[in-house]
Amino acid sequence: MAEGAGLGQVETQRAVLFSEGDPLVLASGRELAPVEVAFETYGTLSPERDNVVVICHALTGDAHAAGHHGDPERRGWWDNIIGPGRPVDTDKYFVVCPNLLGGCQGTTGPSSIDPRTGKPYGLRFPAITVRDLVTVHRKLLAHLGVEKPHAVVGGSLGGMQALQWALDYPTEIGGVALVCSTSRLTAQNIAFSAVAREAIMRDPDFNGGDFYESGKGPALGLALARMTAHITYLSEEAMRQKFGRRRQDPDAPKADPDAPESDFDVDFEVESYLRHQGDVFLDRFDANTYLYFSRLMDRFDPFSEPQVYERMRELTTRFLLVSFDTDWRFDTSHSQAIQRQLARAGVPVSFREIESPWGHDSFLLDGEDYHRTVKTFLEGLEGGE
Amino acid sequence: MALRPDLELVAGLVPEDSRVLDLGCGDGALLEELITNRDCSGWGVELSDDGFYGCLARGVPVVKGDVDHGLEEVDDDEVDLVILSETIQALRRPELALTEMRRVAQRGIVSLPNFGNWRLRIELLTRGRMPSSRELPNPWFSTPNIHLCTLTDFESLVDHCGLRVIERIELDDTHGRASGLAKLRPNLFAAGAVYLLERA
Repeated sequence: MAEGAGLGQVETQRAVLFSEGDPLVLASGRELAPVEVAFETYGTLSPERDNVVVICHALTGDAHAAGHHGDPERRGWWDNIIGPGRPVDTDKYFVVCPNLLGGCQGTTGPSSIDPRTGKPYGLRFPAITVRDLVTVHRKLLAHLGVEKPHAVVGGSLGGMQALQWALDYPTEIGGVALVCSTSRLTAQNIAFSAVAREAIMRDPDFNGGDFYESGKGPALGLALARMTAHITYLSEEAMRQKFGRRRQDPDAPKADPDAPESDFDVDFEVESYLRHQGDVFLDRFDANTYLYFSRLMDRFDPFSEPQVYERMRELTTRFLLVSFDTDWRFDTSHSQAIQRQLARAGVPVSFREIESPWGHDSFLLDGEDYHRTVKTFLEGLEGGE
Repeated sequence: MALRPDLELVAGLVPEDSRVLDLGCGDGALLEELITNRDCSGWGVELSDDGFYGCLARGVPVVKGDVDHGLEEVDDDEVDLVILSETIQALRRPELALTEMRRVAQRGIVSLPNFGNWRLRIELLTRGRMPSSRELPNPWFSTPNIHLCTLTDFESLVDHCGLRVIERIELDDTHGRASGLAKLRPNLFAAGAVYLLERA
């Protein structure tokens, strides 16, 4: 589907959405100010302001969803689905993608300066929930002069935000597309989160979350967390296709040329892939943000809240759920469970499991059935009720 | 766009404000009519890509799936009405479809072609070959209609599955409501029928 030229050069914008006089009130009751949000927009806002599609990013995403920042080869993380003529069609829609609250790519988070101390928050950053992420998304739309999004689209944690948004504001969104998302993590999902957090927090350089000034963060722990997570993002089949049991080129230069020869250096290609994923992650991600986001995912469980059924009966939003058959992080049963909860309450919901060998990662990749499904759903929102 | 005449007849049997599950819903034309003009809600199940995308394009809720795998995700009595419109003859397990229909809804509507129609009988008798008709145009080896039956056969399956017929509308070969002989001797003269069923 990603044929034709994508978006050209785009820019990340920033807006201070909450200030001392008008702080962000979190679901916990705590207040946070100032809150600055980094976001990108693509396409043109219609005069009626009714063509807004919000993209909610996943655990390690950012505001740069599509287009490029100068090098046309290095494109946004969801460039294959967003652009002119693409499923999230920037010729038709005004697309908004914010970096999440608690993030580390321009939006206020644990690495931001706490105005009370003049130092980074670290673990003094308040606990946040998916609901708080939505509060900030809605404030950003208000800042842009938009009352109601035409659609909200997200994969994984992105879908969790879209779901929470629709349940909390049942008549606000035209349609919501959740890709390989979940309404509740399983014990196994939480177990993987726990390993990631342990890896970060047990790193000797973690220092209780106050590592910003030492110039040396919990790099080892964060890289391990990323490596573990990456195993869950790929299916066994995908790993077999991508790497098999192929060996690394023994003459390839080692990461640390001074280290002594060891039988336990990277030997297989899959090892080198994981190590690479871990290493590149360090340059762009904050270990504390990882802790906050993984925790808010663990705690997400909107269908267990009181009054959720009353709110669901008011829902006018149409839903699309997409899962991938080899995804074992949030497998099809997660999407099916959401379909069941919504359908039982009489909510219009469509659902499809798509064949793809690439596991959870499929949602970031091109796929004809996948992209056509999202595109047709968004187009279908324009007719009907 | 006007509905196909037999879908019009099916729609006429659906009470306003019903919760409907349309199994093998095709491109969602019937559901769109029920949702838009009869205040119904519900969703369809469709296996084909064309049908699935057709539903999404109309804004009709649809689950891509195979009715032959059963409806284990659907609760007992979850909907008011299950529709099997020109679907049952293409299923591998028609009996499962009817028992599942009975489980999840009080009532059901089934439309199907009648293999007992006199033209088909004569064709088989005189040519000794599997008959074809406007409803059943494909040769035997490539037809999606793998479980053909006569109206009498179907009615005995209905009985077997613990259902009973409330109403039967005989169809002529233009998919419209038949008259004359087809009402008198439906199993011989009707090209098909629409049944309104209920738990016995």
